[in-house]
Amino acid sequence: MAITTRIATHESKAVTLLFIGVALTYLLLFLGLPLFAVFYQAFSKGWDLYWVALQEPDAWSAIKLTFIAAGIAVPCNLVFGIAAAWAIAKFEFKGKSLLITLIDLPFAVSPVVSGLVYVLLFGAQGWFGEWLQAHDIKLLFAVPGIVLATIFVTFPFIARELIPLMQAQGKEEEEAAVSLGASGWQTFWRVTLPNIKWGLMYGVILCNARAMGEFGAVSVVSGHIRGMTNTMPLHVEILYNEYNFVAAFAVASLLALLAVVTLAVKSLVEWQAKRSGEPLHGA
Amino acid sequence: MAQLAASSKRVTTRFRAHSVLPGFNLALGFTLLYLSLIVLVPLSALFFKTATLGWGGFFDVLTNDRVLSSLRVTFLASLAAAVINAFFGLIVAWVLVRYTFPGKRIVDALVDLPFALPTAVAGITLATLYAPHGWIGQYFAAQGIKVAYTPLGIVVALTFIGLPFVVRTVQPVLEDVEAGVEEAAASLGAGRWDVFRRVIFPAIFPALLTGFSLAFARAIGEYGSVIFIAGNMPYISEISPLLIVAKLEQYDYAGATAIAVIMLLISFALLLGVNALQWWTSRRGVR
Repeated sequence: MAITTRIATHESKAVTLLFIGVALTYLLLFLGLPLFAVFYQAFSKGWDLYWVALQEPDAWSAIKLTFIAAGIAVPCNLVFGIAAAWAIAKFEFKGKSLLITLIDLPFAVSPVVSGLVYVLLFGAQGWFGEWLQAHDIKLLFAVPGIVLATIFVTFPFIARELIPLMQAQGKEEEEAAVSLGASGWQTFWRVTLPNIKWGLMYGVILCNARAMGEFGAVSVVSGHIRGMTNTMPLHVEILYNEYNFVAAFAVASLLALLAVVTLAVKSLVEWQAKRSGEPLHGA
Repeated sequence: MAQLAASSKRVTTRFRAHSVLPGFNLALGFTLLYLSLIVLVPLSALFFKTATLGWGGFFDVLTNDRVLSSLRVTFLASLAAAVINAFFGLIVAWVLVRYTFPGKRIVDALVDLPFALPTAVAGITLATLYAPHGWIGQYFAAQGIKVAYTPLGIVVALTFIGLPFVVRTVQPVLEDVEAGVEEAAASLGAGRWDVFRRVIFPAIFPALLTGFSLAFARAIGEYGSVIFIAGNMPYISEISPLLIVAKLEQYDYAGATAIAVIMLLISFALLLGVNALQWWTSRRGVR
């Protein structure tokens, strides 16, 4: 009996090894090898060419623009995420589930379409195109358009992390603070924020990774002006299409490094949250 | 709390229940304003622009051969990638939950790589790996199979992009399957395969379906990782998002928008269908 029970709740050694083998082969082929290949290609012609590629003025301006776009988009979506989660998790009102669905909307939209909508608004033939031209304001094929497209594609990241977390935590602690005389801001800074800090960090990390790496949406609104409106992913594309593979992979390796750091910090946040016993995700 | 609300002299609107917490108007007001400005108004432009085409014009775009081919390539490749990910994702989730092996935590963290790695980087890397002389492509080339610059390459890129979805949706549900249930089934004489088929699989099936559809939906809209490996031949390996970009470059805004609307409608239909299916399976589970 003991033997049959053991067989029925665990697989045999051979099956276990087979499953592990299949899983690891699959992950190695699709994840490990590509990640290794980025760095291998970047350094394939030696360190010197790698550094030369990264010191190009166009590469530098692409790096700067990427940081500017993410530096604006992430804080904007952070403020929005906190406001949306506060309204949704701490209050009861009609149309709440519709609001949650609408917040998720950008995830259902193709990146290319996300860029397209801003072309329709601000392009020469767009709704505000003539007005913008008359006032000599350039949004499209310029930095503001890139920032807007980045905000759009990363819109739900922080909100969808915070909403379920704050819903699961309820509002008793905040109500206690307010009834003891704390102001709204005091309550938020001293009660709510410490409770959601891990979830918040988690959302910010993922939001930042996507903001810095976005390609499709930014590609549509950027206009691809070298040294002006190229972000790092767009610069990678241009270099690759010019058959300048070493330079393309050199810039790509910076983005791959960003991805590795993102995964490491994300794992660290998960580990810290688990260790301190504070929830990271909502129910 | 209820007492407090009842005794309160303040007029509560019927729109929301009373609360002692401050900041509702500010938080919701900002949320709605930001949502409208960034998402709703821009997306509505899509439908207004399509309306300028009229039904006839919209229908012309929809039935254009090149558009239809691109939609077919996009959906078939996305479906193939989602199926591959459902199968292997289930095995990966199983291995990560049930077994221990050295380096498991690193492998677990690596699963999210496609979420963190910019799509353009994935695109150029996969194209290099699967090119006829690439590290992986050479083995296929020896068999006479071309991967990069064919629809097969699109499937490879979309499989990469969708990889985490099934793993991450199935993993927590699999962790929650109680050992007691399995032991009970086993003690009643069920074999290992029976336990999986009758006890474990029904429990994780809704999550598997969710992961599958998330991977599918993500693949349909994907652009960055695909264009480098696809070869982008019209009628053969041209995906719909690329056709949108191509039309934009020719200043055919209405045409581009029409394709975008078609893609959006199909994505929404897909998500609705999956929600319905999930609702149905959860009801069946309760009964």
